[in-house]
Amino acid sequence: MVLFVIFCPIVAAVLIMAGAPARKTALAASGLTLAATLFLLASFQPAQRDFQHVTSFTISPEWHLSFTTGLDGLSMAMVLLAAIVTPAALWFAGKIEKHENAFYACLLFISGGAIGAFASIDLFFFYAFHELALIPTFLLIGIWGSGNRVAAAWKITIYLAIGSFVLLLGLILLYQSLPIASRSFDIRALKGAAELGQISGDAQRHVYLLLLIGFGILISLFPFHTWAPEAYASAPAPAAMLHAGILKKFGLYGLLRLAIPLLPEGARHWTNLLVVLLLGNIIYVGLVTIAQKRLDWMLGYSSVMHMGYIFLGIASASILGATGAVVLMFAHGLSIALLFALAGELRKRTGTLVFDELSGLAKVMPFAGLAFGLGAFAAIGLPGFANFAGEIMIFFGAFKNGWEIGRFHIFQIATVLALWGVVISTVYMLRAYRKTFMGALNERWNGLVDLRPGLRVPVALLVGALLCYGFFPQSFVRMIAPAFRTYLSANK
Amino acid sequence: MITAPQLEIAVLVLGMVILMFEAFATKIDKRVLAYAAIAGLALVFIATFFVAPTPPPNQATGFWNFYTADRLSIFFKQFALLTTMSVLIMMIDYAPVVRSSFPGSPDGLGEFFAVPVFTCAGLMYLVSAIDFVFIFVSLELVTISFYVLVSFTRRNPLTLEAGVKYLVLSALSTAFLVYGIAWIFGVTGQTNLQRITEALANPNTDHGAALFGMVLVLVALGFKIAAVPFQIWVPDVYQGAPTPITAYLSVGSKAAGFVVLLRVLQPFLMLPQIERLLVLIALLTLIYGNLAALPQGNLKRLLAYSSIAHAGYLLIGVVCLDGRAVVFYLAAYLLMTLLSFAVLVIVSQQTGDRISDFDGLGKRSPFLAFAMLIGMISLAGVPFTAGFLGKFFIFYAAISQRQIALVVVGVVTVGCVFYYYLKVVRAMYWESAAKIDKIPVSAAFIRSRFWMR
Repeated sequence: MVLFVIFCPIVAAVLIMAGAPARKTALAASGLTLAATLFLLASFQPAQRDFQHVTSFTISPEWHLSFTTGLDGLSMAMVLLAAIVTPAALWFAGKIEKHENAFYACLLFISGGAIGAFASIDLFFFYAFHELALIPTFLLIGIWGSGNRVAAAWKITIYLAIGSFVLLLGLILLYQSLPIASRSFDIRALKGAAELGQISGDAQRHVYLLLLIGFGILISLFPFHTWAPEAYASAPAPAAMLHAGILKKFGLYGLLRLAIPLLPEGARHWTNLLVVLLLGNIIYVGLVTIAQKRLDWMLGYSSVMHMGYIFLGIASASILGATGAVVLMFAHGLSIALLFALAGELRKRTGTLVFDELSGLAKVMPFAGLAFGLGAFAAIGLPGFANFAGEIMIFFGAFKNGWEIGRFHIFQIATVLALWGVVISTVYMLRAYRKTFMGALNERWNGLVDLRPGLRVPVALLVGALLCYGFFPQSFVRMIAPAFRTYLSANK
Repeated sequence: MITAPQLEIAVLVLGMVILMFEAFATKIDKRVLAYAAIAGLALVFIATFFVAPTPPPNQATGFWNFYTADRLSIFFKQFALLTTMSVLIMMIDYAPVVRSSFPGSPDGLGEFFAVPVFTCAGLMYLVSAIDFVFIFVSLELVTISFYVLVSFTRRNPLTLEAGVKYLVLSALSTAFLVYGIAWIFGVTGQTNLQRITEALANPNTDHGAALFGMVLVLVALGFKIAAVPFQIWVPDVYQGAPTPITAYLSVGSKAAGFVVLLRVLQPFLMLPQIERLLVLIALLTLIYGNLAALPQGNLKRLLAYSSIAHAGYLLIGVVCLDGRAVVFYLAAYLLMTLLSFAVLVIVSQQTGDRISDFDGLGKRSPFLAFAMLIGMISLAGVPFTAGFLGKFFIFYAAISQRQIALVVVGVVTVGCVFYYYLKVVRAMYWESAAKIDKIPVSAAFIRSRFWMR
């Protein structure tokens, strides 16, 4: 079943390249993926800590390399996110003028690569599946992008290529830091070795730094974030939805999956650095976001800024904080996808996203205004949306727990500062909403049409998932938290 | 059972037979000769799997003093045969260009197809050579046949320039090689690599003089593998030579250089200076090759500079003395380079060999563009391609040897690598230029080995 979820989009992409009708095949494949994922979710046993639905094919016994897939609570949450965002993104893609087949194939490759990375238990495939998205992203921005697409495509590709090679070095070093007898690419075996203390403190510090930089570039951790706003502003809306919604979560997932269980010593050593950088994400990038004059750039920067909260949850190294980080990853993926989708629809209709030119659009596009408002409130973290549940867990976890560093408690300071981020995001989101949808209607936009009913389905899907897990976050938490229970203490 | 030397003899005989046919059967279509050569080489290729083992080098006598048939050499014999067959297939596609370069006169196609067979024999001897004299002789067989091939379409001024440059610089590097061998022989009194190892272990040997000789040999090999600072010839020769020959140079000549390098370094490992020197050369090669490839607008020139960059990555493996990583990288490099050149041969006859000539290829002929896409992303090192595994093994070796400088430079230059290879992808898929109709795909040979496993 897990294999089906991974390969359904990829096979569909190959079929589309071979000439199958693009939109129908893509939607059918993503619908099947969603159905299969829901089935997996229903049959998922939250109490069990190990990976479930494991399948394994040995590839090289000498290197202990095998193609192993399976799900635990953490990866289940991520696969669910990917399975929800993908059909929404494909639905919003609509009719494409040039190379329609290639467009849908690229989107499906990104989706399949992300799902494969989330569901792989083997490090090698975890890494390789993520890279499957690199070339499609380059093509998507380069061929179908808007604005300064050439520069944006080069920037994202080169950043991500270097980031992933730094990550590769970290993974190789991790593999080599184990004694020869227990070397393996299997995450379960690595965890076993880490529990026996086979990864020395020195090695942990080196590996963690490499992973932090490598994943950090992929996640747009400050100061490696400059590729993200430009790329998301130029990318076609479905590509931005998939990339910001799903693919960027790969790095955070990697940190949760590898750094916390395998490298606690390294994580503790670099906590100060990480806290400073994530405050850069929240405060500095937050202020930059307020200064944006275009909707797409503002959304791009806001997605960079929200990474800071998730990092705070990961850095806190408490069950509450880490679980909150996963909830926020899930919620942010949905809300940013919704916002990018609506921004893309606006661009399609008006041809501009500059705040000064847009005004009062809610009068002609009431449904889009409503949907954007819901997305904006979710991104701010209003109670009732899943984002709120995630953020509050992160703040509580970080304030209360976290490793004590020196005499003062750095996490309490960081949490206080990070709370200001909520104010900052309220400022820019509400400003954007007011300038775009409220106020007097500019005469130029009298003829605009609202979203057709067909397009309201993916909006309902995304908002529904946000509200569902906003009101019942406990069902989600019960699934995720056991994944951390073995190596994070609840009360420290 | 077949013994290893019979393989080379078979290849040499094949070459001579083809030359005889070329001389006496003037009426036939010369491309028949190419097909015959491919078939003959394929037979030899099959035969390589049934080669009898040879005595280990320390108890070798007679002929086996300077010839070995270990697993490495057998693998590279297959490598050379496979390369030559692929190059001959490309040559068949390229034949109209050669024919049109000799207007009026009877075409010289026969030799064009016969000479690579001799080059192949030279490469096969070279990878088995464990004696400096034998290394020198087989290297000359390779080099001299390349003189002919590089300047084959000699009416073209660019080709002529390439031929002269290759001739002069190659001769110079040969002189360095001979001089270096003379120094090593003078110090140790031996030319066999095994005996040199024993002689160097003797504390009475003058290590300084042996080192000097080895550096001279490294100069010559650096020329063959296109390592900085001996890379000056590469861009002009690659651009000027007929395209299949460029592919042959960048794969065959480079692979042979690396095999000899791995063998020749063996006795000198006890000298720490050699490792430091190699690290320095590898760093320079990586930086120069990658940076110089960035602004190139001509695909052949781009591939020339990138082949310098690949020599840098391979040198990382050599410094770490990881023979398996080097061999794997070379094999991956063979497949992806030949694939790219095969597409280039077809496209360049229709439009040209600048990158802008690839504009809109994705629309004109999706199959060729897709093949090129695979070649390019494999050369760049995207996962699920052989090129990624090559880089993976190289970095694996470098990290386990803690070669920090090489790793850092290697990873930073990956950014350049992605830029210049994706430039080609960009031209094929982003740009829209419809100068010419569909390119027929029939001539393209489809290589399916590039997807890993």
